[in-house]
Amino acid sequence: MQDNIKQPLQQFILQLADNLLVMGHRNSEWTGLGPIIEEDIAFASIAQDQVGQAWNLYQLLESEFGFAHPDQVAFTRNEKEFYSSHLVEQPTGEYDFSLARHYLYDLAQLIRYEMLSRSSYEPLAKLAKKFHGEVKYHVFHAQTWMKQLMDGNEVSKARMQSAVNDVFPFAMGVFESVDGEEALIAEGIFEGESALKDAWMQQVGAQLLEWGYSLPQLAQPVLGGGKGYHSEYLQPLLDEMGEVFRLDPSAEW
Amino acid sequence: MKIKSLDPRINRIQIDADTENPQAMLHPLENWPTYEVFHQKKRGTHHEHVGVVHATSSELALAFAKEQFARRGETVNLWVVKSEDMMATDYSDADVFATTPEKSFRDPAAYSVKEKIDQWVAKQKNHAG
Repeated sequence: MQDNIKQPLQQFILQLADNLLVMGHRNSEWTGLGPIIEEDIAFASIAQDQVGQAWNLYQLLESEFGFAHPDQVAFTRNEKEFYSSHLVEQPTGEYDFSLARHYLYDLAQLIRYEMLSRSSYEPLAKLAKKFHGEVKYHVFHAQTWMKQLMDGNEVSKARMQSAVNDVFPFAMGVFESVDGEEALIAEGIFEGESALKDAWMQQVGAQLLEWGYSLPQLAQPVLGGGKGYHSEYLQPLLDEMGEVFRLDPSAEW
Repeated sequence: MKIKSLDPRINRIQIDADTENPQAMLHPLENWPTYEVFHQKKRGTHHEHVGVVHATSSELALAFAKEQFARRGETVNLWVVKSEDMMATDYSDADVFATTPEKSFRDPAAYSVKEKIDQWVAKQKNHAG
């Protein structure tokens, strides 16, 4: 593989995996604290899917791009070397915030995997097809809650609307292009963050209106994560996530 | 005395621990309705009842059923039905089933086909003879 493709491709996969890992870790913070046991299990399971998808992508980086073992990559880097978006590192907040983020993030993932399942880079297309069913469920779960709570009382409506408004600028920051993305587009590997964002905006807009939400004000996307610039929330998360691994990085699990 | 969780992050419904005078009154939305869940392993086979989930709509019940009952093993389809929409016999009427085990004539295995055929063959022989 030529360097002008290899570089952006591995960065693209790493960014995708980092987003999934941090999102999965954040969502897992609800485990044991969910509103009811059924939802607790469903949300924990979604978090587990996300960490699992990240693991598969780190594995791809190991086998095809010469990266270290997935555990090493996941648990020993600091925030400057993490390329996840600001969306996923935001604290869980209340359940309304977590649900709105879950909906906006997983819908973007679903469209991303639909695009990647057509990728000319076979290993990625294969993974995208494999993950598609999981994320289809995530979106169904998220949409059901988004609808349900906008169909509830004045408190639930107001809280969901303001959660969507709060999350939206962060959600738009998920579509951060890697350097050299044009080579990926030219090679048919990925259609590009901008095409993905357009498709996502169309669907989000139509769905929110259908369920009775007002469309959030279009604000500047919160970018920077893809370049290693983060808020104060990522490093403490990484410290906690890797704490046990770093006690003895050579231990067999 | 109130039952308190040891986990400081948890703020659960405060249930009065005085069993003499239980004040554990639930408000309408504190306990969600239940849905019965039916699980199908393979296309063409029948759905089997596997349990119950709490949910506020049948859609949400499906979302929960998927994780409660289809996380492991094979699944091709799930049904959920609101528990209150299920019609059931009353246990006090269980006597309607009482004599069922005696009605062996309803069981095809109770008929000895061999015996009938033997009789028929014997008859045929006598007739011919």
